[in-house]
Amino acid sequence: MRIPILKLHNYLLISIQIDLDDQSAIQFQEDLLNKIHKSGATGVVIDLTSVDIIDSFIAKVLGDVVTMSDLMGAKVVLTGIQPAVAMTLIELGIHMQDVQTALDLEQGLIKLRQELEG
Amino acid sequence: MELKPCVNIRQEWDIVGARQLGREKAKELGFGTVDQARIATAISELARNIYLYAGTGKVYFETIDHLDKKGLKIVAVDEGPGIRDLSQVMQDGYSTSGGLGAGLPGVKRLMDTFEINSEWGEGTEITAVKWVR
Repeated sequence: MRIPILKLHNYLLISIQIDLDDQSAIQFQEDLLNKIHKSGATGVVIDLTSVDIIDSFIAKVLGDVVTMSDLMGAKVVLTGIQPAVAMTLIELGIHMQDVQTALDLEQGLIKLRQELEG
Repeated sequence: MELKPCVNIRQEWDIVGARQLGREKAKELGFGTVDQARIATAISELARNIYLYAGTGKVYFETIDHLDKKGLKIVAVDEGPGIRDLSQVMQDGYSTSGGLGAGLPGVKRLMDTFEINSEWGEGTEITAVKWVR
């Protein structure tokens, strides 16, 4: 299953609304990096409002895609992580410390604008 | 005796199938959303370990309904290579597959009881229970 990636000005917006299996997660990683490359986007928001489980594999893929995008020059903000998902991640031992987050899509875009435009 | 529901883990997509069935069972039993997420995540980790290290195996679900408490028991069984050093795999950050090494110690923290039996060359059986609070 492919996850749609929308372009809005300099930003890419993604809302993950499926139960992510490993293959879809890896496909998404590749699609996002290609889209950053093609569009020249400088900021990315990945909204996780509809995601009700993040296990260690998905967390690794998400963490990696943030680092990879950063290498290419695009900042990524994860938004909308549910309370249950946040609790589960910490109990799993996954802290995702280098990852920027925001409460929702709106806050995520504000955060990106602040970071990119100083 | 009632047949225990079970998911065969044969391909990567079965990991999603197992955690979805587990979440459904948890919901039926009356677990709250946070515990549902804990249970689904634990199943995901166990099923992925089967897929990654043993190739194939099974995840069983058993409803525990005692007078004084209810719970969900998850049993993950495979006939893979087994685990050579149990203390090592229970350490945070230890991984032989390039993962985060959060799997088994994480499952132990997410669930209320956790038991692992593994014979090198024979396979692995992991049993974990979450009680409804």
